[in-house]
Amino acid sequence: MMQFAPQELLWSGNFWLHLLLFAGMIITFILLMVMFFIWYERRLIGRFQVRLGPNRAGPFGLLQPVADVLKILTKEDIVPSKGDKIVFWLAPIIALAPVFMMFAVIPLQGNALLVDLNIGILYIIAVSSVASIGIFMAGWGSYNKYSLIGAMRDVAQLISYEIPLVLSIVGVVLIAGSLSLNDIVEAQTVPFILLQPLGFLIFFIGSLAEINRTPFDLVEADSEIVAGYNIEYSGMKFATFFLMEYAEALTSSAIITTLFLGGWKGPFLPPFLWFIIKVIAVFSLIVWVRSTIPRFRIDQVMAFAWKFLLPLALINLLLTSMQVVFFQEASSLVIIISSLVIMAALILIWSKFFRLGGNSTGL
Amino acid sequence: MGLEIAFWLLATTAVVSAIAVVRLRNIFRAALCLILCFLSIAGIFVTLSADFLAAVQILINVGAIAILIILAIMLTREVERGSLPNKLQFPVIAACTLFLGVAVFAIVRTPWQVSGLPPTEPTTAELANSLFTEGGFILPVEIAAILLLATIIGAIVLMREK
Repeated sequence: MMQFAPQELLWSGNFWLHLLLFAGMIITFILLMVMFFIWYERRLIGRFQVRLGPNRAGPFGLLQPVADVLKILTKEDIVPSKGDKIVFWLAPIIALAPVFMMFAVIPLQGNALLVDLNIGILYIIAVSSVASIGIFMAGWGSYNKYSLIGAMRDVAQLISYEIPLVLSIVGVVLIAGSLSLNDIVEAQTVPFILLQPLGFLIFFIGSLAEINRTPFDLVEADSEIVAGYNIEYSGMKFATFFLMEYAEALTSSAIITTLFLGGWKGPFLPPFLWFIIKVIAVFSLIVWVRSTIPRFRIDQVMAFAWKFLLPLALINLLLTSMQVVFFQEASSLVIIISSLVIMAALILIWSKFFRLGGNSTGL
Repeated sequence: MGLEIAFWLLATTAVVSAIAVVRLRNIFRAALCLILCFLSIAGIFVTLSADFLAAVQILINVGAIAILIILAIMLTREVERGSLPNKLQFPVIAACTLFLGVAVFAIVRTPWQVSGLPPTEPTTAELANSLFTEGGFILPVEIAAILLLATIIGAIVLMREK
């Protein structure tokens, strides 16, 4: 029998009660945070574009997401007559379920998590790759060329960006000495963003590409392919995809918080609150990037992954291994300063070699 | 008890979806059934305390190989009708039945060694030890990697524009 969680991690001592309690808590947390994120992103984008954003429904427009949800749910549910119906129906569920499953191993507070898998981060990478199958099913089942193009772009992007993403995680795992997210948080006496600045940068960019946020939102590039893979979806099924996109953004923010920002650790405030504050901070950064940088072309996206991120991720892995093997005793201040200097130098050198744009013709 | 229920559920799903992969005309749906088969095998790994293997099974077979299969399917024609049956159907059935018979016979007759030790926890450290310690399996793994690299280079050379 597999040990799901050590006995001391079960809050009530009973496995099933623990499972039920935490599953309910995680689902409620995700749904509430997604509602908040929708409102927060629209308000923040409003500020970035020197306007107010939604401010009519409720105080500060806080009830706007509720109104949006009600509007979406009352819409007609349309199924394309020529599409692959079973695939079309299953796609939103298969895309959404993995995003919820990823949250099972993220510690919300010290030792407070659904399952303390000792392969936690590997589990997250494995499960997150299943979501793209849901997107591909949506693209295929819709019987629409724009859907299919969007889905193909998603898969191409995912396959390319997964490699630098995973390599940057390996750096964190090397320093922490464990794959379990709980242990990774415990190991962060200094947040890993300082010890692994280059790794953080690569992971952040890779996450943006994995969750299809601007500047990597070619999957739903409105000006080219209208809405991408979810173009034929309406009503509840569209809401499921919408929920998936924001839940993915939430999960990515939570993973970045856990791996690089010290998770729930922090002074004075209760740990759970620190976790939420850090997650919102990371999400704000994502929204900031969205409102600043325009969308890439597909050839630029591919070139950026293979020519810029991948070599830097490999160098980062090499340097981290050297640090772990040879400079175990060095003080953290020395490591922080040297890794910052190395990061700046590497990015400068690479941006001399590497030019986005040019006259290449892409797909 | 719970483990046995889990095993039979997963095993039935795996076998049914494997049959569906062969029988379905629609190649895209067949690929999706293949993914279901991979997932249920990953579930069986979990019930056997091989959590690392289960994660790697999903990561590689579902996340990478299945997606590449779907990408390849997108490049073929007649995705929904599939290829029509041809004269080779009966020889293939005979060969497959023979192979299945031999495999089942071998599995049933082999005296499998069952270890009395409880499963190790965590599994990752044990895996690393059997890879990197003296007399470990690092050489076969590296040879497999070189073989894959040679295959990739071969594919590029074959498909290179003249």
